[in-house]
Amino acid sequence: MRFLFKTDYEDDIRLLPHSGYAVSYGVLLALLVVAPFALSSYLISQLVFVCIYATVGVALMILTGFTGQASLGHAAFLAIGAYTTAYLQQYDVPFPLYFLAAGLLSGAIGALVGFPALRLQGIYLVIATISFALIVEEILARWESVTNGNEGLRVKTIQLLGTTVPRDSPAFYFLCLGVLILVIVGTLNLMRSPTGRAFVAIRDSETAAKSMGINVARYKVKSFAISAAITGFAGCLFAHKLSFISPEMFTLQLSIEFIMVIIIGGAFSLHGAVLGAIFMVMVDPFLTYLKDDVPGAVAGLAAAFGAGAERAAALQDQVAAMASANGLKGAIYGLIIIVFVLFEPLGLYGRWLKIKLFFQLFPLYKRATFRRQKIYVRSERYR
Amino acid sequence: MLDFVQQLVSGIALGCVYGLIALGFVLIYKATEVVNFAQGDLMMLGGFFAFTFIGILGLNYWIGFVAAVVVMALFGLVAERLIVRPILGYPQFSIIMATIGLGYFLRSVAGMIWGTDDLKIETPFSHGVVRIGGLVLATDKLSVIAATVVLCALLYLFFNRTTLGTAMRASSENMLAAYYMGIPVKRVVSIVWAISAAVAACAGVLLAPITFIHSNVGLVLGLKAFPAAVLGGFGSIPGAVVGGVLIGVIESLAGFYLPEGWKDVAPYVVLLAALLLKPEGLFGVAMRKKV
Amino acid sequence: MSFLRAENLSLHFGGLKAVDAVSFAVEKGEILSIIGPNGAGKSSIFNLISRIYNPTSGRLFFEDREITREAAWDVARLGIARTFQNIELFENATVLNNLLVGRHRHSTTQLWQELLFLPSVRDNEKAHRRRVEQVIEFLDLEPYRDKLISGLPYGVRKVIELARALCSEPKLILLDEPSSGLNVEETDDMSFWIRDLKNELGMTVLMVEHDMALVNRVSDRVIALNYGRVLAAGAPAEVQAHPDVVAAYLGA
Repeated sequence: MRFLFKTDYEDDIRLLPHSGYAVSYGVLLALLVVAPFALSSYLISQLVFVCIYATVGVALMILTGFTGQASLGHAAFLAIGAYTTAYLQQYDVPFPLYFLAAGLLSGAIGALVGFPALRLQGIYLVIATISFALIVEEILARWESVTNGNEGLRVKTIQLLGTTVPRDSPAFYFLCLGVLILVIVGTLNLMRSPTGRAFVAIRDSETAAKSMGINVARYKVKSFAISAAITGFAGCLFAHKLSFISPEMFTLQLSIEFIMVIIIGGAFSLHGAVLGAIFMVMVDPFLTYLKDDVPGAVAGLAAAFGAGAERAAALQDQVAAMASANGLKGAIYGLIIIVFVLFEPLGLYGRWLKIKLFFQLFPLYKRATFRRQKIYVRSERYR
Repeated sequence: MLDFVQQLVSGIALGCVYGLIALGFVLIYKATEVVNFAQGDLMMLGGFFAFTFIGILGLNYWIGFVAAVVVMALFGLVAERLIVRPILGYPQFSIIMATIGLGYFLRSVAGMIWGTDDLKIETPFSHGVVRIGGLVLATDKLSVIAATVVLCALLYLFFNRTTLGTAMRASSENMLAAYYMGIPVKRVVSIVWAISAAVAACAGVLLAPITFIHSNVGLVLGLKAFPAAVLGGFGSIPGAVVGGVLIGVIESLAGFYLPEGWKDVAPYVVLLAALLLKPEGLFGVAMRKKV
Repeated sequence: MSFLRAENLSLHFGGLKAVDAVSFAVEKGEILSIIGPNGAGKSSIFNLISRIYNPTSGRLFFEDREITREAAWDVARLGIARTFQNIELFENATVLNNLLVGRHRHSTTQLWQELLFLPSVRDNEKAHRRRVEQVIEFLDLEPYRDKLISGLPYGVRKVIELARALCSEPKLILLDEPSSGLNVEETDDMSFWIRDLKNELGMTVLMVEHDMALVNRVSDRVIALNYGRVLAAGAPAEVQAHPDVVAAYLGA
């Protein structure tokens, strides 16, 4: 356990508090750079999804985690980014331009959403964002001249600096990774400067923030705009990864998946966004594993406990039927959300912090260190 | 003109279903300040249980109805005990996510148990019509309207005239103070969830003749019930039903008079417009912290 | 020219008159205390000045500029800072971050500069931190600099409230019951600090207080309120001897 002795304001301001961090992140970066040449293309494809989900996770972290504005409508911003990409590609706009356009248009619409959201609090804001997402979904399906309605739009491969960047290539992976790293560094810079502190102030006590000279209206709109813009950039990458987009890919369920990223990861730090993204992207392979390998394993276990061959086969069929059921994904999502909210409110990153603290304080660790303050009085819920 | 009235009645009937779901939201919100996003799915489960009792086991409609309501009330108790009670003091957002998770879970499990096809039940109201002047009104819609009025009146009286109702309102304001005054807050919250689930079950059974029962009906209707509850102000029982009826009428008329696609979006557009003008909802009260 | 002036300020909540046609003036560089029983409208006047509430009627002037309808953050930028009776600190942040938020009205960096964390932003950060260190030294808060607010005792939080208000380098500071909940020693410290605000830092102080000893020790003038109306205004001894004030608040 290292003790940090700060002698300069730089020690407080810099991003990496001490050399240990530089080493660990350096190693991580090196591993990520080597990955496409060492791992299978399937895993690289999953990593690309992790990068995209993590980017949206960071965006949502800024809005919901740091500024306290709940948003269940981020699939709409992703859709705006994706559709801008597909639409501008039809006019042969070069990649850097339409990438920027995707983010900026999304950001502008985010700012527009931020204005009415100023006066909404708590549950009303959640419902307003849900309504916004549903309206956007419907517009995508109906505005056929632009979005081609329910038939969807094809997304052509990226043409950058004269070369094609196919969606399975290492170059595309590096692009997504690069965007994620830029977004993370930008957000860290934001959070250690006055704007970031203003966001946190708005979350913790709007009245006090107002009295300190923070233009709450302007900062809330900024927060929405930044969050939407980042999601728009992710939307462009998402569109390229899928190579085909249609309105039914941007449902409320996708918005909830993004929220799950920050709930699973922990809604107060950027590590959480990445951890949550990794977890969410692992759900699909997990389901496949359930379908393919688990029924056999269960039957084997039953046989080991002495069940007859027939009984074991019947058990295997039952488990296989359950694992293949259509609704299993939804049930697992539901269970994940409930388990994390009930037992792991600080998310995976919180669990990691608790483990670290356990080893640092051994044997004096106390669970009560992290016990949350529950608010039972209605008047304390308002800020 | 007749068409208009026909659509209006349709809209009111649909709106009553939204209103019943919104009632469930408001009941739980009034007692615990939690918004139960799984309310629509509780309604769906009520419909499924009714199908099992009436359709599969062949019980009489009314017995099946009551049985479904009772089973759902018990289910509400269990859900409250397992999921809501441990997280009662948490930030609102966490509790909302937990109920969303519950909704997902219920939807999927129902799909696995009862399958994903549409199901039908035979009810005494399925086929009758009432003729007034030139109007032909289906009895299934009228039954929904009648039941909603009755339930709304009963619940309003319950909340405002009985001791238990006052206890519920007290615990929603300040749980700690209610504890100190001797109100069994945990039991009160359980009872509210049971009542709310029972109301949802009623809605589910009444709805069966109008739309078929399937596992996604809770999500679709539940999402529309939000504008209803918000318009009504999230704290007012009559408000919830009024909001629901408004939304139902808007949806019905939009479907009839406006081009395609507006039907599903109109309630949300109206909701956003209403929130712009009055962020606390039509019947809601503006709250702020005293500093 | 008066520093802060209220003309017929009124705040009605339905039928309840929280503030009823109150007029007063605060001179530059003085310490003015507002006393009165609970519910007299003292905090409401503060909330009107810092623009958390909108007055039903009446006008407010700061340095001869009308601020009756200005937004709360604009009023803060003009140089009015306040503390809150029930402590409105940012619970999940460190003391240092709370105080840095107090510097917000002096920050000049743009969003794009912050995203790139240009050297100008870095220099700004260091300048703000230097000023915050001066406030920390002034109020003896060094041991608490990096601690989270949620773990700190009430007395320390009160001082941090004051520190945060001071970080914005205000011209006028509103202190809402600065000594409530503090013991004798802490109240003593508070009285010295309040006097230092006037003598060393040249600020004007408007204070709501129940502790009469503190009021006498520190104030230049006193205003007594009851039921939203001004009962008396003047020197401390004069107001405390006023028969209406004695009857309503102080007791015989």
